Amino acid sequence: MKIKTLIHTFTLLAVSSSVMAKELDITITNLTQGLYFTPIIAAAHTGDVQIFSAGEMASSELTALAEGGDVSGLVSVLTNGNANTIENPAMGLLAPTMSTNFMLTNDDANMYLSFSAMILPSNDGFVGVNRWVIPQESGTYTAYVNAYDAGTEANDEVRGSGVPGESGMPVPPPLQGLIGTNGTGVTMVEENTYVHIHRGNLGDSDMMAGKSDINNSVQRWLNPVAKLTVVVK
Amino acid sequence: MMLINKLNVFQLTLVAIVSITLTACGNDDNNDSMTSTPSPVMEYGYEVTVTNLTYGQPLSPITVTLHGNTKMWQVGMSASTAIEMLAEGGDNSSLINLDGVVTSSSTQAPLAPGLTETVSITTTETMATHLTVATMLVNTNDAFSGLTGLELASLVVDSPQSWTLPVYDAGTEKNSESIGTIPGPADGGTGFDALRDDIDLVAMHPGVVSQDDGLSNSVLTQVHRFDNPSIKLTITRTK
Repeated sequence: MKIKTLIHTFTLLAVSSSVMAKELDITITNLTQGLYFTPIIAAAHTGDVQIFSAGEMASSELTALAEGGDVSGLVSVLTNGNANTIENPAMGLLAPTMSTNFMLTNDDANMYLSFSAMILPSNDGFVGVNRWVIPQESGTYTAYVNAYDAGTEANDEVRGSGVPGESGMPVPPPLQGLIGTNGTGVTMVEENTYVHIHRGNLGDSDMMAGKSDINNSVQRWLNPVAKLTVVVK
Repeated sequence: MMLINKLNVFQLTLVAIVSITLTACGNDDNNDSMTSTPSPVMEYGYEVTVTNLTYGQPLSPITVTLHGNTKMWQVGMSASTAIEMLAEGGDNSSLINLDGVVTSSSTQAPLAPGLTETVSITTTETMATHLTVATMLVNTNDAFSGLTGLELASLVVDSPQSWTLPVYDAGTEKNSESIGTIPGPADGGTGFDALRDDIDLVAMHPGVVSQDDGLSNSVLTQVHRFDNPSIKLTITRTK
C-alpha cells in the first residue's frame, strides 16, 4: 500500500512538473454588429492575479478599463504578478466583426489566460474572459465570450466622460459620428455594484433627442459578443 | 427515539470508518476498499453555489433536488405543473415533492442581483443519481433558469465544475408584463395561475421588453432587462 501511494505521489509530481510554457496563437473576434472594442489587454497569469470576476466588485484598475478603456492599471497589476502580457494587439479599436491575431508565450506558472476590453458605446460595459485554463495538449480551442457590466457607473447612455467617477460614455472617433446627441439619460443610478452580465443597451430611435444617445437598431447586442480562438502549439 | 438516535450514531460510525479506510488507502482504487468493507452506508454530499449574474432580477430561493434519471423540463415539451408553479411564482413546494425526488434543499430567501449563495445537500440513497437546480427570475411572467438531470456520477470529490446558465420561458403564461401578473418587487402581482395562455411549450426566453422600450402597459423598466447567461453555477461533490 505504501509503495503504491509513493508511486502515485511521484506520478502527481511528474504531472505537475510537465505543466510547461506553451506558445499560443490567439485570435479574438468581435462578433457584434455595432460595438467597438477598446485596446485589448491579454495575459497569461497565475491564480494570484485576475482581471475581473463576476459577482465580485470591480477593482479600480478594472473600473478604469470598463469606464474609459484605460488598460494601464491592469497592465501594472499583471506585470507585478509576473504575467505574460500583451497590450493593444489590434493597434486601436477593434471594429464590428473584425479579428485580431497575436502570439503569446506563457511562463511555466502562468497557467491561466484572460483578456478584456471596454465595449463602445457603453458606460461601463466590457468583454472578457477570466482565468481560462490553458490546455496542455496541442490543438485549436474556442470559447464564446460575454459582455459584462462593471457595476461602477449608471448606464445613462449619453455622451460624457471616460474618466472613472465621471458620468456618461467616452466617445472617441469613429463613435462621434455613429451615436446621437442630446439624450436626457436612461437612468441616474447603478443599483448593482457587482460585476454582472450586461443587461444590454436600451438606446432609442431619435438621434437628436430622446433618453439615449445610443441607436437602438445598431448598437444593441446579445451574448456572445466575442469569440476567442487559441491554437496551442 | 433512543433507538433511532442509536441507529444514526451507528450509521455515522460506519461512515466514519469508511472514510478512514478510504483515507488510509491513499490513492488506491476506491472500489477495492469498498468491496473489502461489508455493506457500508456511503454518504454523498454536494455543494451547489449560485451567483446571480443579472442586473435587476432577484432569483427565487435556489432549489436543488436529487432524483433518478429524468429531466424536470425540456425545450419543446410542455412544462409540468411543478415547473409552472416555480416559473410563474417562484414556488418550489410542488417541485420538491415530485415523485422520484429523493431529497431536496433550498435557500430561504430570494438571491439579490450580484450576490452568491451556496446550498448543501447530502444523501445516502443510491437512487439519487441525478441533480436539478432551478430558480425563477422573479420580475418576469414565467422566466426561470437552472440545470436539470445532471448525472452525479460525472462529479469527482473536491473537483468543482462550473456552468453559466441561460434563461428559459416556461411557456405557461403570456409575457404581458402587465400590472398584477408579476410576483417580484417590480409588481407584487399574482404568481402561479393554473390558466395556460401561452404556447404551452418550454423554450429559451426572448427577454423582457419593458415600458422603456415601448411596451406602454408594462410594469417593468429598463432595469429588469437581462441577457444570457443569468446564473453562474458551481457544483462541488464534497463526499
